Amino acid sequence: MPGWLMLAMVLVVAGAGFWLGQRRAAGFVAELGTRVGVVHSRPNHHGWFVAAAAFVPALVVIIVWAMVGDRVVGAAVEAELPPGTVPEGSLERVAFLADVKGVARGTFAAGFNPATEAAAAIWRAVEGRYSLLAGVAAVALALMGALWALTRLAPDFRARTRVEGLVMAVLILASTVAILTTLGIVISLVFESFRFFQLVPVTEFLFGTQWSPQIAMRADQIGQSGAFGAVPLFWGTIFIGAIIAMIVAVPLGLMTAIYLTQYAAPGFRAVAKPMLEVLAGVPTVVYGFFAALTVAPLVRDLGLWLASWFPLLDPDTVTAQSALAAGLVMGIMIIPFISSMADDALTAVPRAMRDGSLAMGATTSETIARVLVPAALPGIVGGVLLAVSRAIGETMIVVMAAGLAANLTLNPFDSVTTVTVQIVKLLTGDQEFDSPKTLSAFALGLALFLVTLMLNIYALSVVKRYREAYE
Amino acid sequence: MSEALTAAAPAHGRAAPTEWGSREMQGRLRRRYAAEQRFRLMGIGAFLVAAGFLVILLVTIVSAGWNSFRSAEVQVPVVLDPVTLGVAPDERDPERLARADFQAAVAESAARAGLPPFVVSDGGWLAVRERLASDPSLLGQTVPMWLTAQSHIDLLAKGAFDLESDESERAVSDLEVETFRALKAEGKLRLVLNRHFLFGADSVDPELAGIWGALKGSFLVLVVTLALSFPVGVFAAIYLEEFAPRNRWTDMVEVSINNLAAVPSIIFGLLGLAVFLNTFNMPRSAPVVGGLTLALMTLPVIVVSARAALKAVPPSIRDAALGVGASPVQVVFHHVLPLAFPGVLTGTIIGLARALGETAPLLMIGMRAFITSVPQGFTDPATVLPVQVFIWSDNVQRGFVEKTSGAIIVLLLFLLLMNSVAIFLRNRLEVRW
Amino acid sequence: MSVDMVNVAGREADAGRRPPKMTARDVHVWYGETHAIKGVSMDISMDDVTAFIGPSGCGKSTFLRCLNRMNDTIDGCRVEGRIELDGHDIHAPSMDVVQLRARVGMVFQKPNPFPKSIYENVAYGPRIHGLARSRADLDNVVEQSLRRSGLWDEVKDRLSASGTALSGGQQQRLCIARAIAVDPEVILMDEPASALDPIATAKIEELIDELRGRYAIVIVTHNMQQAARVSQKTAFFHLGSLVEYGNTRDIFTNPREVRTKDYITGRYG
Repeated sequence: MPGWLMLAMVLVVAGAGFWLGQRRAAGFVAELGTRVGVVHSRPNHHGWFVAAAAFVPALVVIIVWAMVGDRVVGAAVEAELPPGTVPEGSLERVAFLADVKGVARGTFAAGFNPATEAAAAIWRAVEGRYSLLAGVAAVALALMGALWALTRLAPDFRARTRVEGLVMAVLILASTVAILTTLGIVISLVFESFRFFQLVPVTEFLFGTQWSPQIAMRADQIGQSGAFGAVPLFWGTIFIGAIIAMIVAVPLGLMTAIYLTQYAAPGFRAVAKPMLEVLAGVPTVVYGFFAALTVAPLVRDLGLWLASWFPLLDPDTVTAQSALAAGLVMGIMIIPFISSMADDALTAVPRAMRDGSLAMGATTSETIARVLVPAALPGIVGGVLLAVSRAIGETMIVVMAAGLAANLTLNPFDSVTTVTVQIVKLLTGDQEFDSPKTLSAFALGLALFLVTLMLNIYALSVVKRYREAYE
Repeated sequence: MSEALTAAAPAHGRAAPTEWGSREMQGRLRRRYAAEQRFRLMGIGAFLVAAGFLVILLVTIVSAGWNSFRSAEVQVPVVLDPVTLGVAPDERDPERLARADFQAAVAESAARAGLPPFVVSDGGWLAVRERLASDPSLLGQTVPMWLTAQSHIDLLAKGAFDLESDESERAVSDLEVETFRALKAEGKLRLVLNRHFLFGADSVDPELAGIWGALKGSFLVLVVTLALSFPVGVFAAIYLEEFAPRNRWTDMVEVSINNLAAVPSIIFGLLGLAVFLNTFNMPRSAPVVGGLTLALMTLPVIVVSARAALKAVPPSIRDAALGVGASPVQVVFHHVLPLAFPGVLTGTIIGLARALGETAPLLMIGMRAFITSVPQGFTDPATVLPVQVFIWSDNVQRGFVEKTSGAIIVLLLFLLLMNSVAIFLRNRLEVRW
Repeated sequence: MSVDMVNVAGREADAGRRPPKMTARDVHVWYGETHAIKGVSMDISMDDVTAFIGPSGCGKSTFLRCLNRMNDTIDGCRVEGRIELDGHDIHAPSMDVVQLRARVGMVFQKPNPFPKSIYENVAYGPRIHGLARSRADLDNVVEQSLRRSGLWDEVKDRLSASGTALSGGQQQRLCIARAIAVDPEVILMDEPASALDPIATAKIEELIDELRGRYAIVIVTHNMQQAARVSQKTAFFHLGSLVEYGNTRDIFTNPREVRTKDYITGRYG
């Protein structure tokens, strides 16, 4: 019995339960009258109570079946097949069973292994048997739930309270999803990183300056043993995200916010702010394409031109995948973010402060530079820290515009690589799951998560304290 | 500023009144006004630079991309010879006709018309099949037809190359240029709406590559994202804003939500990879997994905006409903939520728009596979629009540059549409108190 | 205050009077650490309009909100003591707070109609409590409630217009109609006329007088003339205590307590 049919049957039972419960309760009302308090709950509440009593336990059965069903059927099929049909080794076994399932359900025309044809027939039979069992169990449970609930109905039965209790449980469940997500992130990152650090020492990862994760595919291959010193990646990330991008974004974003909050006419502001929002809403993959297609060649030409004037700049280090191109475009991406944070911080400064300065005969720019910006500084700094956190976690711009070479360099025309670039490169394409190469991506992810988390918590607390100070 | 005011008054106060009209003070004032002017110009300059980037970005993309919406077609007298096609001379069965060897017929017809093999696209035969399906009586005749041209001819027709430059400096050969000129002179070349681009899936040939597959993938992903993140997000917001007691647990939930909102998106991709693919063995590249992953990412956005919308509903409404005996749950679902709904919807659309533009987490769960068929369901392998942009931008073939920009235009149009709807809702439907 | 004073009020009751609708005994309220109500006891009768007077922050509104447990909705608010409706403890587990609020209706200081049509505003209560069996029944309840609140003639032609489009006084009468529509036994009014102009206030006062006898009405007011005009019983609160409770005539002409006298003669407040 397919899952949707189980669900449909249970829903039918629940619907019938609703109708019966409602009818029953309507009888109470007809008998006893509508005065408040005589019949505790409305007929609809009684109906929902019966429906929920039928639906919830049966739904649990269906969900459990959906989660473990394939495994149960797989094990049963394996037991029925002649020994030796299912290949040895856990990966091969899983792949074989997946093929059998695919053939049985018609998603694949045929499996790799000729044995899948015969096994698929068995799969179909076994799955039919077990799913019928699960379906019957779900429907029976639904019927029992509905009957039990119907016996509970009475004029003074508090059906509304029960139904609302269920609603509340659903609300609480929804609010725990955020915690589960956080836990999921932490556990999966920590777990995979732990396996990585069993293969590669933590100290090498944190302090090593060599990054070349290519590992020999076959044991007898020589060379390329893989080096996992992440310092060049950390440096590249900081160089692009926290240095070059911020040199572009902080002055431009801050001055934009100052102009828009202090000088611009309301009409201009009404046009300019949405424009910046548009800039903020452009997907990063678009910025990445812009960086690679338009900015990078310009930056390279600039580098080559500079190299012809300054012998210190070696033209061989000027690449099309420069740190400068990626950092520049990332800075552009961050401008609206910084501008909106600075905007909030500046408008939070009490008007009285500004008026006090103007009343002494200070010009607007003097007021801004000596009163407003110092007063808003914590808010601005918090905003910049959040911007840094966003820049170092940004992926597409660097994947498309920055390089793969893990260089430790101060030369902005040279190529550097970042944590996010390496995560993408390590995890796209074919991957073997236990190799240090794949696992190292999770270690990089953990490092990125922890750093951005700390930056966010610190920056948010700075911003919050600042807001409270002026409230 | 204090310096500015005290400098003119030497030492302690009373010595002499400040000579505001003195030459020295006037000069100082002029300098201060000049500084004011400079500062102001810096401000507007910064804004213009930021806005200028937006304009340059859009102009670059649009000028590079608008050509992908048209494509070149070459007129070829197609010989519908049953022998070449491999069908009976009086075949009328549509199914058997559809399986005829059109490629061979097109290749032969092109050769007979004296066209080099690089003119008609590998997908040019599709138009022939369509034509024959609509009119089987054409079998055995020679019919002039417009067939999709190959990428280089296509690009030449759109004027993408500098024809005056030396052969070694451009991507097309002199032979191709000559052929193009001849075709154009004979009037056998035309530019039409690019149906392959609008209604096709990815392909190895730029002239055949389309965005429909990616667009549908994006749609499927967003449906899953919306179906999960909207109810969960709104319910979580209702609980936190209307019912949650102040305690450690609630604090933990709030801290998680605020932090999730700022976690880099690629981390969600790692979560999707480790949990959905490796632990739950869900299918790679499937919209359902992409939707799940993006739902977790969108959830905090929806919770935060829904809470703000709920908070904006004045408490007097809650009092009024409680006062006539509505239960707290009824108060929320009958009054507070309907009133907050426009705000909730606005936040949801903005969250979805972000999800639509998201690339990195989807790369992690394998949605970058090369997929040439339009996905039919939530578990079919699929790609999404921004990932399609990424895949094409990586392609070295010249023809894909305009396709990348074209896909970006489509993506930006959809984002613009969603944001306009959000702004419309915010301005029109939101109740002001 | 004092149980014996209640007894004084009780002794004055003549034989025709009904037993008290609500009784409060030794009620204390805390907001966190703040002791907002300090041992208030009182009987509320169906036959009277009871006015709560006292300076701002004296706890009269807080006590009023105890009577239909609206204080439950405020975080950190704790109520002690016994409050009964028809002899049943309103804090007992068997008492459903939602039904309590249907039986003890409330009208707030600021008119707070739902941003829905006039009809929907009045029909909402009967709907959630299932008081009408049919659409015609519901129409009838709505009309009766609007008639009783004196609003029918003004709005009968535009029942589908938004409740928030009415004038302030009309909005407040709509709120009273909304409270009446669930057929409560007690109506609590928290300064119902303080946000209205004098003409609208006069209408509300007239309305209160018309509703007397059908419902037990408790009105909080800081306007002593209003208390004198509309009420038969008056309770004077000060700093969270019930200073004096008795017939309105007596309180205003011959207060027993010096604090009451000071207040009504305008020494403070």
